[in-house]
Amino acid sequence: MPLHHYRPPPNHGGITSTPQQQVTHQPPAMDVLSQLRHQLADYTNSLHRDGFLDDQFSQLQQLQDESSPDFAMEVVSLFFEDCQKLVTNMARALELQAVDFKQVDSSVHQLKGSSSSVGAARIKNLCVAFKTCCDSQNRDGCMRCLQEVNRECVLLKNKLQTLFRLEQQIISAGGSIPM
Amino acid sequence: MGANAKLQQQQLSQFHNHHLLQEYEKQIGSKTASFSVQAYRKWIPKALVGWVMVTCGIALWLYSYMDDDGRLRRKELLQSMCDQRARMLQDQFIASVNHVHALAILISTFHYFKNPSAIDQEMFAEYTARTAFERPLLTGVAYSERVPDSEREEFERKYGWTIKTMQREAPPIRNEYAPVILSQETVSYLQSIDMMSGEEDRENIVRARSTGKAVFTGPFRLLGSNHLGVVLTFPVYKPKLPSSSTVQQRIEATAGYLGGSFDVESLVENLLGKLAGNQAILVNVYDVTNSSDPLIMYGHEDQEGDTSLVLESKLDFQDPFRKHKMVCRYHDNASWNWSAIITTGLFWMVGILIGYIFYGAGNHIVKVEDEFNEMEELKSRAEAADIAKSQFLAMVSHEIRTPMNGVLGMLALLLDTDLSSTQRDYAQTAQACGQALITLINEVLDRAKIEAGKLDLETVPFHLRSLLDDVLSLFSEKSRNKSIELAVFVSDNVPELVVGDPGRFRQVITNLVGNSVKFTERGHIFLRVHLEEHAKAVKNSKSNISSPMDGEESDSRQFGTLSALEAADEWNSWDTFKYFVAEEGFTMKDSSNGGTTHEDATGNLVTLRVCVEDTGIGIPLPAQYRVFMPFVQADSSTSRTYGGTGIGLSISKSLVELMGGQIKFVSRPRVGSTFTFTAVLQRYQGNDVNNAEKKRNAEDLPSSFRGLKAVIVDAKPVRAAVTRYHLKRLGIVVEVASSIKVAATMFGENDTLAAGKNSQPDIVLMEKDACFSGEEHGSPVWPSDWKQNGNKNSVRKFAKMILIATNISNWEVERAKEAGFEDTVIMKPLRASMMAACLHQVLGTGRKKSQGKGSSNYLQSSLLCGKKILVVDDNRVNQRVAAGALKKFGANVECADSGKAALELLQIPHGFDACFMDIQMPEMDGFEATRQIRQMEEQANEKSGAEGSIVEDGEDGWHLPVLAMTADVVQATYEECVKCGMDGYVSKPFEEQKLHQAVAKFFQDKPISRS
Repeated sequence: MPLHHYRPPPNHGGITSTPQQQVTHQPPAMDVLSQLRHQLADYTNSLHRDGFLDDQFSQLQQLQDESSPDFAMEVVSLFFEDCQKLVTNMARALELQAVDFKQVDSSVHQLKGSSSSVGAARIKNLCVAFKTCCDSQNRDGCMRCLQEVNRECVLLKNKLQTLFRLEQQIISAGGSIPM
Repeated sequence: MGANAKLQQQQLSQFHNHHLLQEYEKQIGSKTASFSVQAYRKWIPKALVGWVMVTCGIALWLYSYMDDDGRLRRKELLQSMCDQRARMLQDQFIASVNHVHALAILISTFHYFKNPSAIDQEMFAEYTARTAFERPLLTGVAYSERVPDSEREEFERKYGWTIKTMQREAPPIRNEYAPVILSQETVSYLQSIDMMSGEEDRENIVRARSTGKAVFTGPFRLLGSNHLGVVLTFPVYKPKLPSSSTVQQRIEATAGYLGGSFDVESLVENLLGKLAGNQAILVNVYDVTNSSDPLIMYGHEDQEGDTSLVLESKLDFQDPFRKHKMVCRYHDNASWNWSAIITTGLFWMVGILIGYIFYGAGNHIVKVEDEFNEMEELKSRAEAADIAKSQFLAMVSHEIRTPMNGVLGMLALLLDTDLSSTQRDYAQTAQACGQALITLINEVLDRAKIEAGKLDLETVPFHLRSLLDDVLSLFSEKSRNKSIELAVFVSDNVPELVVGDPGRFRQVITNLVGNSVKFTERGHIFLRVHLEEHAKAVKNSKSNISSPMDGEESDSRQFGTLSALEAADEWNSWDTFKYFVAEEGFTMKDSSNGGTTHEDATGNLVTLRVCVEDTGIGIPLPAQYRVFMPFVQADSSTSRTYGGTGIGLSISKSLVELMGGQIKFVSRPRVGSTFTFTAVLQRYQGNDVNNAEKKRNAEDLPSSFRGLKAVIVDAKPVRAAVTRYHLKRLGIVVEVASSIKVAATMFGENDTLAAGKNSQPDIVLMEKDACFSGEEHGSPVWPSDWKQNGNKNSVRKFAKMILIATNISNWEVERAKEAGFEDTVIMKPLRASMMAACLHQVLGTGRKKSQGKGSSNYLQSSLLCGKKILVVDDNRVNQRVAAGALKKFGANVECADSGKAALELLQIPHGFDACFMDIQMPEMDGFEATRQIRQMEEQANEKSGAEGSIVEDGEDGWHLPVLAMTADVVQATYEECVKCGMDGYVSKPFEEQKLHQAVAKFFQDKPISRS
C-alpha cells in the first residue's frame, strides 16, 4: 500500500484510553466482560480495517490455546525485538558512506518474512517498497522507507499493546478471549 | 498488492526469457546466414556490372583479334597481288626493253655496218610486226637517225622527204635532227617526223645517248591514241663502243635512236586483265622521278575504292633516272567480318546470359533467405507468444485463485455465523458463484498448463472402482432430484488397481458425467469401463452373431438400455452388454474372491475404455464437430439454459490424449449422447500386490459379506447386471431373476432339490418398478407367495428384503413396507460402499470398520500427534509461528535457526519424523542443507545396508521427510525443491489448512511405525 495513503486511524487516541475507563467505571462482571469483548472485537476489526493487521494475525491468535496462552504475545514481542534490531542495523548500514545494499536487502527480507508471519500487513507492504528501493540502490528512498518502517513499528507496537492489554483485562476479569 | 508485485516480477522475467529466446533465435539465424550468399548481398549488383564489363571487354578483344587477323590476311593478299602485278609488269617491261635493245643492235649491225644498209623500211616493218609478241607492252617501235644540221639536206635528198616536226611542220633549224626512218606499221605515222621536236622525246634522246641505256620519258599523252604512255628510247651507236666509254665518246658515236611507245594505259590494262582477282583491286602506276609530284601512268587519279588500305610495290624498269611504283588498293571497302561479329555477339550474349542467370539466382537466394529468416522470426515470435500466452494464463489463473480462495473461505466463515435467510441466500449465491469461478479458473489453468506442456501426469496406483463410485456419489444428489438413473459398471477383467493419474482420470469422468447430468432430464446415465481389447473382441463377436438375434431381441424389449429409453449408441444396449456379462459368467459361482483379474494381457499396460451414456438432449448435428473446441458450446443457448463455459470437454480431450487415449462420441438430438474414451494405464505390479489389494479392499469395502447369497429381481438385465456388479464387489454370490415369479420358482426348486445345501438367498434385492409392476397385475402375487414360502421354510425368514429405487415417494415406501419390504430401501445411484453400509444395517453385522475414516477434525489434531518435528528458520518470528502451528497439531517441535544447526541436530541416528526447512537462510540455505541431509542419510543407509540391519528397522532406511517453507510458490522453486531431495513445500505465511494439507499428504500414506 503506498505510503501517502497512510492516515492515522481517526480515533487513535480514544481507543487506547477507553478500555481502562470502562473497566474502572463499570464494576458488574458480566457486563464488563461483554463490554470488553465488544471493545476487543471492535478494536481488532479497526486494526484489520485500517490495514495494520491481516489474516495471518488471526491465524496466529488461533494458534493460541491452553497449552500456550501467551503465544501470540510472545511471537509479537519477538517480532518487535527483531524489528528494533533490524531497524538499527539498517540505519547503521545506511549511514555509511558506501552503503552495503546487500546487507540492507537481507535485513529487509528478514523483516518482510517476520512481518508477514505476524500479519503486520502495513510493515510487510512497506518492506516491498523498501526492497525495490534497495534493488535500485536508492539511498534516499531507503532512508525514507526506513523511517516509515520505524514509525509503523512503533505505531503497531502501541496498537498491539493496547490489544493485548484488552485481552488481559478480559482474562483477568475471568473471561476467555473469543476466537 | 503482494500478489500484484509478484505478477509483475514474473511477467518481467517472462519478458526477459522471451527476449533471451529471441536473442538465441537471432544467433541461430545469423549462424545459418553466414554459410550463404547473404553476407555478400550488396555485392551482387556490383558483381553483375563487373561481369557485364568483363564480358564486353572480352568480346571487344575477341572481335579486334579476329578482325585484325582478317585485316592482316587481306593486307597480305593485297600485297601479294600487288607484288605479282608489279613483277609481271616489270618483267614485261624489261622483256620489251631487252627486245628493243636487240632491235637497236640489229639496226646498228645491219643498217650501219653493212653498206649499203641491209634494212629498209619494208623489212623493218615486217620484222617488227612479226616480233611484236616479244614486246607486248610496246605499241610500236621506230628508228630515227641522228641527222646533224649540216647533213640535213643530204639526208632529205637521200630519202626524198623533208623532216617534219611533231606538228607536221618544217622543223626550225637546229643542230641536229632525229627523223624517223624506220617504223613499225603500228606507228607508221611517225615516219619522217623529227623526234627531237617533242620535248620529252628530245630529253629522252639526249639522256639515252649519254647513258647508252634505255631511258623512258615521263608519262604523257601519246600521239595518235591520246592514251597515257611513255616513250622508250634506245641509242644506236655507229662504231663499236668500248664498255668503259665516256659520255662524250658516246654522244659522238651516236648514229640514231630506237624508240618505242608504251601505251601504258591500254597495255597494262590488258596485262592485268589476264590476272585473277582483277576486279577486286585497283592498280595505279606512278612515275615518281620527282617524288613530290608523282605522275600517274596508269589508273584513275580519283580516289575510288578502299582508301584505307593502300599498298605500293616498286617497279624497276632499269632506267636509273626514272623511278616508278605501283600502288594497289581494294576495289571495295573491306566487308564486315561477319564471322567475327557473330562469334563475338554470341559470346557476348552467352556471357550476359550467364551473368544474368547468376544474378537472378543470387537475388533469388537472397530473397528466399530473407523470407526464410523472416518466417523463422515470425515463427519463433509466434511460438514465444504462444508460450507467453499460456504462461500468462497459467499465472493469472494462479494469481486469481489465491484471493478467490480467501473470498470463498470468508464466505464459508460468513455462512457459519448467524444470518438472516436473505443474507444466507445471498452469501450462498456468492459462494456458489465463487466456486464456479474457481472451477473455471482451474479449468483455464489446466488448459493453459496442457498447452504449455507443463501438465505432468502422476503415476500412482489407484483404485479404479472406488474412484468411479466417488464420482457417482458427487452426482447422486442431482441425479436423484432429476429422477435420473445413474449407474456404473466395471468389467471384471479390469484390474482392481491401476497406475496412473487418478486426479486427471477422475477429472475427465467427472466432466463427462457432469455434462450428462446437466443435459439429461429423464432416463439414465450409465458409466461403464471395459478393457479395450475385450470391448473389441465383443464387438467382433457381436457383429458375427448379431443378425439372427436382432429381430427377436428388439421385439421383446423396447430398448435394452438401463432405463429402457433409447440411447444414442446402440452398442451399449443389452444386445452387446450381455456379452460382457456372459463372458464373465452370468452366474459366476467362483467370483466370491472379488475381483479376479484375468492375466490375459501380456504387457504392463492396460487400455481402458470408458463409456458415459446418457439419454439427454443430445448434441445438435451441426454443432457436433466443434464439441471439443475450447469455449465453444454446442449451442449458444446452452450456456443460458445450463450454464458452463464449454471448456471442460476440450480439457478432457487434452487429458485423454495425454493419457494416450482418444475421446469420441455418438450423439443423436433428443435421444442422447454417448461419450467414449480410452486411456492407457499401467497395471499395478508392485511386489506387495496382494498386500496392497487386501489392505485397500479392507479399507474400502468390508469383507464381512463374503459368501452371502443374494437374488436380484429385475426385469431389466442391464440394471440387474449393475446391481450384481456392486454386490459381487462385496463378495456376495448373486442370482438374477427377471421377475418375482421366476424368483419364486427358482427358490421353490431350490427348496425341494437342495434344501440342505444352504442355497437359500440371504438377501433379496428388488427393483422398485419390478415390485410395483407385479402389483399392477392385480393381485400382490409375490408377497403372498413369498410369505408362504417363508412360512414353509425356516431358513427363509433370514432373507432380507431390500428395495432399490432411484427416487421413491413416501407413499411408495409405505406400500413397499406393506408389501413386505420392511427392511430397507437403497437409493440409487448404487455404490459398493453405500450398499455395504445398508447391508450392515439390515443384516446387523458389526460396523467396526465404518468408523475408520472418522471425521477430519479428529485426523487433523491427531495427525502429528507425538511426532517430533524440526523447524529450521533463521527468522525467529517465523520459527516461532511455525512451531506454534505445528504444536497445535500435536507435534513435538524443535527449532534450529540455521542450516548448520539443523545438520547437527539431524546427525544419524536422530528421532525426528519430519523437518520444515526455510529456503532462504544466510550461510547455508534450505536447498544445501537438504542436500547434505540426504547425503548423510545415504551414507548411513549404505552402512546399515552393509550391516544388514534394514529389515530390523522395518523401513527402507533413513529418509527424513523435508518440507520446504517458502514465500513464493513458483513452479521453478518447487522443481528446485524436488531436485535437491525435498518432499514437498508449504507456502509462507502458514495457513492452518494448507499446512495441514501438506503434512497430511505426507503422513497419511506413511505406515505409522514409530508412534
